[in-house]
Amino acid sequence: MTEPGRQAVVRVEHLSKHFGAGSARVDALIDINMEVFPGQVVGLMGPSGSGKTTLLNCMACILEPSGGRLTLDGEAVYDEHWLKADLRRLRLDKIGFIFQYPNLLPFLDATDNVAVVLHLAGFGAAAAHTHAVELLDYLEVGHRKHAMPSQLSGGEAQRVAIARALANRPRIILADEPTAPLDSARARIVMDLLRRIAIEQSAAIIVVTHDEMILDRFDHIFRLRDGRLETATGELSLLPVGAG
Amino acid sequence: MNLAYRDIKHNLLRFVLTNFGLSLLLGIVIMMTGVYGGLIDDALRQARAANADLWVVEAGTNGPFAESSRIPGDTRELVSRVYGVQRAGSVTYQSVQTELNGAPHRLFIIGFEPGRPGGPRQLSAGRDILRDHYEMIVDRSAGLALGQEVPLGTHDHKFSVVGLMQNEVTSSGDPVAYVTLHDAQALQFELAPPASRREQARGGSVETNDQINAVIAKVSPYVPIDETAAALSRWKHLTALTQAQQETLLSKFVIEKARKQQLLIMVLLVIVSAVIIALIIYTMTMDKVRSIATLKFVGAPDRTIIGLIVQQSLSLGITGYVAGLALVFLFRPFFPRRLVFDPESVVAVFAITIVVCLAASTLGIRLALKVDPAEALSAAG
Repeated sequence: MTEPGRQAVVRVEHLSKHFGAGSARVDALIDINMEVFPGQVVGLMGPSGSGKTTLLNCMACILEPSGGRLTLDGEAVYDEHWLKADLRRLRLDKIGFIFQYPNLLPFLDATDNVAVVLHLAGFGAAAAHTHAVELLDYLEVGHRKHAMPSQLSGGEAQRVAIARALANRPRIILADEPTAPLDSARARIVMDLLRRIAIEQSAAIIVVTHDEMILDRFDHIFRLRDGRLETATGELSLLPVGAG
Repeated sequence: MNLAYRDIKHNLLRFVLTNFGLSLLLGIVIMMTGVYGGLIDDALRQARAANADLWVVEAGTNGPFAESSRIPGDTRELVSRVYGVQRAGSVTYQSVQTELNGAPHRLFIIGFEPGRPGGPRQLSAGRDILRDHYEMIVDRSAGLALGQEVPLGTHDHKFSVVGLMQNEVTSSGDPVAYVTLHDAQALQFELAPPASRREQARGGSVETNDQINAVIAKVSPYVPIDETAAALSRWKHLTALTQAQQETLLSKFVIEKARKQQLLIMVLLVIVSAVIIALIIYTMTMDKVRSIATLKFVGAPDRTIIGLIVQQSLSLGITGYVAGLALVFLFRPFFPRRLVFDPESVVAVFAITIVVCLAASTLGIRLALKVDPAEALSAAG
């Protein structure tokens, strides 16, 4: 689904991933092709074991594909002899990740959970703190900036986690079931928030979900089954599902 | 942002409790260095108290501490006439046990000639011995007070405490007491009345009391000590040992086994401490696996993770050491034996603690570096 005049932020070409060898070999991903453009929010759906998490891990640079090509914001990942440090830098500079559960560091308050990413990116203490507070305000949890993770509600914690994912203004935001621990009303609020971020930050957002209630929030939905992208007609390609 | 500090602050109670346990362990290690230092210092104190240049003892012996030595009482006059000897004094050494208020008291009696080398170094209370008989100067650890009377010897003579000293004990921890040479000779060589009567009845000769264990000599600074020692050793019945030789005999031979045992216990304690610190750090790292995975996931470099673990390990070690040191100094007065700390040994234990903490943290670091960032994705809180 190339779009003339626009460059994909995430480009996956003939990507494959297998585990084990010989008779124990398991093909987790087979010939995956997809593109996600700036400002888009796309869904990644499929039954358990279909390869959603494996694909997300590959895009998050924590799992090396067995074959194919992955390009993130113009950088061909794993192309040459990529080092662990290069992957770490890519994750820090260009990828924001929203976990299924907030995964906040329990020993840092809400502000520092956001600021820690900025520190790692080289921000000074004052600048990191100011920017973290701005982000929390933007996500409407500024009033909880001094709260420890254990003192936050599920929705508040998830917003802090989103703020952390956005802290370094990444071009790519990957979200693994971000609405799973939330009720439907809060799930919709989170999805609307992601859409706003995608537009305002010109970021590409890929959301792994099982939640049928939020399907209308996606620009496209990629469905995976047995490691392959499938269409309604059985062709192996992108299945666009209307705009949100 | 110091992640180690934040984590400690978040789990402060657990850190304090862990630290308390570790401080007890490190306190024992520090205490053992004090016991070790005390053992050596006490042993050398006996020899150093005499402020001698030469020790003249019975020929062929390493007396008077390592072996028994008995020489005639007039040896001092003979030694005084040797070229180079400025001053000389006769001394005797013996352990006695007496009973006070129904409780046994052990004392290490040193007999000396007032005004001559071999007497007490410095008094912390009271006065020097002025009378010829039945006065004593004793170390405070004996628990005796000025004016108190102590029965000693086979005739149960009452010795009056006229002076007190500080930190004058033997290598076995017995307090030192100084009495006049004549009193000491009587205590050491005089037979009890029944034994004396029996000896006379069987026609045996009653030995003279005029014997001593050693003569302490001060040598002129213009005469080589070795030269004077050689001159003294020409008498067939005498041997002259320098102060350095005497100290070597005491530290290397008299307390050798005790010293080695203390050293071995200290080494074992350091090993036990290292294992316990390693296990604590490993457990603390295990508790943070998910946080470490999350940090790695968001792009934290290995040095951030290593820094977190090493800083916590060092915090634990340093605070544990300081608390342990404070505990030892707090309870120091209650130890039955002297604990002697020289700055070098205190610094050495601190350095060992730091090295142990760094070594122990490698186990936690290995675990942390193995943590897969993908673990942050796994379900759970």
